[in-house]
Amino acid sequence: MDFMQNNLLTLTIFFPLLAAAVIFLLPSDAKRTIRWLALILSLIPLAMVLMMWFSYDRVDAGIQFETAASWFPTIGAGFHVGIDGISLAMFLLTAILTPLSILASFQIEDNPRMFMFLFLVMESAMLGLFSAMDLLLFFVFWEFGLVPMYFLIKIWGGKDRDYASFKFFVYTMAGSLGLLLSIQIIGLSMGTFDIPVLMDKWVNLQAGGVLPNVNLPVDAVKAVAYWAFVIAFAIKVPIFPFHTWLPDAHTQAPTAGSMILAGVLLKLGAYGFLRLVVPFFPAQANMTAGILATFGMLSIVMGGYAAFGQWDFKRLVAYSSVNHMGFVVLGIAVYAYAYGRAQAFTDPAMATDAIMATSGAVLQMFNHGLSAAGMFFMVGVIYERAHTRDLKEFGGIWSIMPVFGAILIFTSMASLGLPGLNGFVGEFMIVRGSWNVFTVQVALSMLGLFMTGAYILKGIGETLHGPIKDQWRGLKDMTFREHAVIWPLMALMLSLGIWPQWLLVFINDTVTKIFN
Amino acid sequence: MSEETLALLTWLIPAGPLLAFFVIVLFTNRSRTLSWMLAWLGVFSALILGWTVALNVATTDLHHLETHPTVVASAIDWLPVGDYFQGTWLKMGVAVDPLTAVMLIMVTFAVTMIFVYSVGYHNWGAPLGKVLGVPNHLQEEPLLSRFFAYMSLFAGAMLLLVVADNLLLLFVGWEIMGFCSYSLIGFWHARDYHLESENIPHISPRAAAVKAFLTTRVADVVMLLGIVWFYRVFGTLNFAEAFSAHSLEEAVVKVGGVGLGVMALLLFTGTVGKSAQWPLHVWLPDAMEGPTPVSAVIHAAAMVSAGVYMIVRIYPLIAVGSGPEGSNAVSWIIAGIGAFTALMAATIAVAQYDVKGVLAYSTISQLGFMVAALGAGGYVAAAFHLITHGFFKALLFLASGSVIHGMEHGAHEVHDHHTDPQDMRFMGGLRHKMPVTFWTFLIGGMALSGLPLITAGFWSKDEIFAEAWHLFEKGDPLGIFVLVMLGLAAFLTAFYTMRQISLTFLGKPRTPLAENAHESNRFMTVPLVLLSIFAVGAGWFGIPESFPVLGPIVNNNFFHHFVGATIYETMAELEHLHLVDAAIETLPFSWVPLITSLVVALGGLFVGWWVYGRKPLAQNQQDPLVRPLGPIHVFLNHKWYWDELYQVVFIRPTVYFSEKIVYEVVDKGLIDGILHFVALAFYGFGRYMKQAEEFIFGRSVDWVKDQFLAMTKISRQLQTGKIQEYVLVSVLIIAVLTAVILAVNYYGPVTEWFSQIALFVN
Repeated sequence: MDFMQNNLLTLTIFFPLLAAAVIFLLPSDAKRTIRWLALILSLIPLAMVLMMWFSYDRVDAGIQFETAASWFPTIGAGFHVGIDGISLAMFLLTAILTPLSILASFQIEDNPRMFMFLFLVMESAMLGLFSAMDLLLFFVFWEFGLVPMYFLIKIWGGKDRDYASFKFFVYTMAGSLGLLLSIQIIGLSMGTFDIPVLMDKWVNLQAGGVLPNVNLPVDAVKAVAYWAFVIAFAIKVPIFPFHTWLPDAHTQAPTAGSMILAGVLLKLGAYGFLRLVVPFFPAQANMTAGILATFGMLSIVMGGYAAFGQWDFKRLVAYSSVNHMGFVVLGIAVYAYAYGRAQAFTDPAMATDAIMATSGAVLQMFNHGLSAAGMFFMVGVIYERAHTRDLKEFGGIWSIMPVFGAILIFTSMASLGLPGLNGFVGEFMIVRGSWNVFTVQVALSMLGLFMTGAYILKGIGETLHGPIKDQWRGLKDMTFREHAVIWPLMALMLSLGIWPQWLLVFINDTVTKIFN
Repeated sequence: MSEETLALLTWLIPAGPLLAFFVIVLFTNRSRTLSWMLAWLGVFSALILGWTVALNVATTDLHHLETHPTVVASAIDWLPVGDYFQGTWLKMGVAVDPLTAVMLIMVTFAVTMIFVYSVGYHNWGAPLGKVLGVPNHLQEEPLLSRFFAYMSLFAGAMLLLVVADNLLLLFVGWEIMGFCSYSLIGFWHARDYHLESENIPHISPRAAAVKAFLTTRVADVVMLLGIVWFYRVFGTLNFAEAFSAHSLEEAVVKVGGVGLGVMALLLFTGTVGKSAQWPLHVWLPDAMEGPTPVSAVIHAAAMVSAGVYMIVRIYPLIAVGSGPEGSNAVSWIIAGIGAFTALMAATIAVAQYDVKGVLAYSTISQLGFMVAALGAGGYVAAAFHLITHGFFKALLFLASGSVIHGMEHGAHEVHDHHTDPQDMRFMGGLRHKMPVTFWTFLIGGMALSGLPLITAGFWSKDEIFAEAWHLFEKGDPLGIFVLVMLGLAAFLTAFYTMRQISLTFLGKPRTPLAENAHESNRFMTVPLVLLSIFAVGAGWFGIPESFPVLGPIVNNNFFHHFVGATIYETMAELEHLHLVDAAIETLPFSWVPLITSLVVALGGLFVGWWVYGRKPLAQNQQDPLVRPLGPIHVFLNHKWYWDELYQVVFIRPTVYFSEKIVYEVVDKGLIDGILHFVALAFYGFGRYMKQAEEFIFGRSVDWVKDQFLAMTKISRQLQTGKIQEYVLVSVLIIAVLTAVILAVNYYGPVTEWFSQIALFVN
């Protein structure tokens, strides 16, 4: 028991990998066993995350459950993991969405063993990334998460899966090359990859000096490395104009793939900003916060318009991710603005701005994970029955599938940011926090918030409303399994809308600690 | 009752309907009867609790109220915003002050009446309708549970908004109501007019629903900015905390009076959308596509009232923003929009034929009265008209629904499904067919017209005129502007109301539909009777002391002092600090506004009777105004062509911009174009390298390559063969970048180049 207590985090990270190995050993035609076993095994990390959740010390609010072991001592890389309130929120999101996605893909008949295997591997990668306290480890998990998703799209995807998966893979890969090089330069010059150590050493390098070991000017390397980091994470979030891989990937990915892609993988980028970009390059981040906010605003606005311009339901939902993640970027921009600024620690009004925007960004990440996963799932439900996602062909579905209709409206409203449901709280906090810092960008982003309403209503209206069309008569309403996927999500959406503090206190504590 | 008990009761007011919503949705949705009973339970509990709380506040000593207006206040920690352990939270709570109390009286009662009426309106107990999502005339609505679920959520949201002690909770109720109105306007989502009849120029309910939601959302996103700015400047969203003289004084120091004025205007934009003021009024008339109880609840009792309630609630902010430190432009903008809307909508109402359409424009117009009154400094007058209007307009909508119901009855009996049962030209003579509906409609109509002395509408409009005149007497030309505009609008109001009553009820039936119309059932008529009591009596609580003859007899002007107490002390202190132009004052009597309201009400009624009532319209006779007004009538009948204008200026460009510019040109063309170009360039480079490689290394490499390809064949089931190409691409990128880094590393001067980049990118 002690062993488990002491290594809870490590066990949580690697348990899915172990589970994947178990799945892989099963005979490939034992489909039923594979599915159920994958589901049950994926619930164990959730239980472990909950254990950490309840034993997390909120008074401390810093990095906890730390494990450090030497790994590549010659180059200074160690296996160092730990989580704080922000990571904890992301852990919960990952651990909740993985079993639900697995449950959502029970109907996959084409090699479910491989499918479940990849899914569980991906969960390990995501959990690892959210807890990595070592740059090299971070990068390993970063790349590690990419591969399963590539195959998920490539093998179980739709018609244009080759193009979509290629674009997804190469684009992210190309973005992470700069990240890899920058990480190497940092590691090489500092002699360690340990994030807490670097937070001190790297950040406090003498400006105008020369980097040890590699003999490069500090300012130049920092400037270039900063942009390399930014671009890598900007592609992943994705921030306009690096977003075009996303609609393609989503449209082609299988339902569960989209759920995880939108629900968790996009958060890796935002998490990178929070954990690495801003703390490692406070000066640069501070100077370019306005640019970041502007691109966040552009994501909100252009994502909103582009979503409204779609007639493929799934593509519409995919673009909604660009729109919603734009708010996360806006919140992060405030974080970047305030992080390196002494004023943020002395002026209480500004500290409140920064705390609200940053907590809001993390909350929005969580909320978007829930609502985007829910939306993609609902689109998957109707796609499986109608074999089309063309909004022009739909219509009158509500009279045929009343329960589906009600749930789709609920999920859509969560995505729209209806107060009382989760999406609103995060958006409100971000808008509140950024208003005073980036007034113009926030004001302009309201255009995008308006378009959110427009495309959500387009999705609902074209699908559900209207007279019954003959070709959809006889479509079956949602099955028990489908209910089992969506109800936990709906319960979370509602609970976060009405009583957001159950999650927010953890985030808030950590963010407040950062700004104290 | 103790304050704790009252606080608990206040929390429970919105809880009843909200709980009913959840129970209906989750459990009783299959039983229509059980669902409406639950919904009734919810609103009746809200009615009882709401009146209990409100009457407790109303019986509090007035002097005590003036210094401590917030009788009930209770809040809980909701959102942590900073140090949790030091207790920095955004609190959510409820509060009841006199303004809330009068709203509770009106809203709970009107909503309850509407709920009662709905059961009859949807023909509960009749044979079950077969088609989902369309009106099933004379048959029980098959989606009755859904209807009552949405209505309960609606009522709960409105009550939440009314008892909210802060702007955010108010906004929560505000938006949920927006969602409910969307769902209820589009309740008959499967209805398509072109399938039923070609000559009815309605837009479909589902389009009307989207229009309502999006038009109000334009305003809501702006309002959200106002809320966050408010929060930032005041450091709180709580009304009582923010609207103390001290806090407003500090806010003026922070952002200046003009800043507060702009903030007020951002918030006011929310009202423009929600209360259907020009230029965002276009959604309201089309929202008539919902079932009539929905029209009543949206357009009278709840949603549009919420918009006005909000600006009444934030009046101290508006007053400071347009006061000596702020800019007079703020009050001009608010009053100007209100007055213009009031007049414009009244002119449109004159030329409408749809019985609900007239009421829709009349609602817009009356809301304009309230907004204009508030802009002119008439805090109590705006609130007073809000309350009286809530009663008599709910009555009018329900009565018009009863008329339509009766007409549909007639249509059913004569098997005529092509005549529009809502068109007043096809009515006439309903006075004898539907006596209860007629008398209650008449009472509502008289209240709307402001029939002197008796009706509620007279007293509230009179107070608005008095406020405007008082403002003018103090030297502000805004006063006379508002008085003239609203006077004209009030004249038209009386005129079109008389026109509507004449066309609908007087004369002889003009179609077999009207000939065969029946009085509606008890579920519908009882609420009409009860509401008409308030449509008359609600005004008697606000008779000014100085009013000739009646004033000294009644001698308390309860409404004015009671509601005025809400911000009495704050405004007095603000006036003392020279931050506002005027405190809450009791107006001196003046003949000008009184004569104005007498002339416009009686004059309008008389002219209306002269044109329409004296010689009622005969069968197939044209509206007598069509010929004399000529093109003006067409212009008015087409609602000033606002819809057509917006279609061209906003809607089509937005669709075009989304589908063509943003998606096809920017995303597909520009961004993906660049990506594809880069990819092609790498491919080309790769092919060139491959050729060079083959030329140099010849077969030895071929052997390696063949082995590699053979290996990849093994894993074919995972791939389609392109993976080599992008492995190649990746390797190339790594190679190039490594080369750059190495070059930088070894050749010092190249670092200069990096510095240049660094300077550039920074």
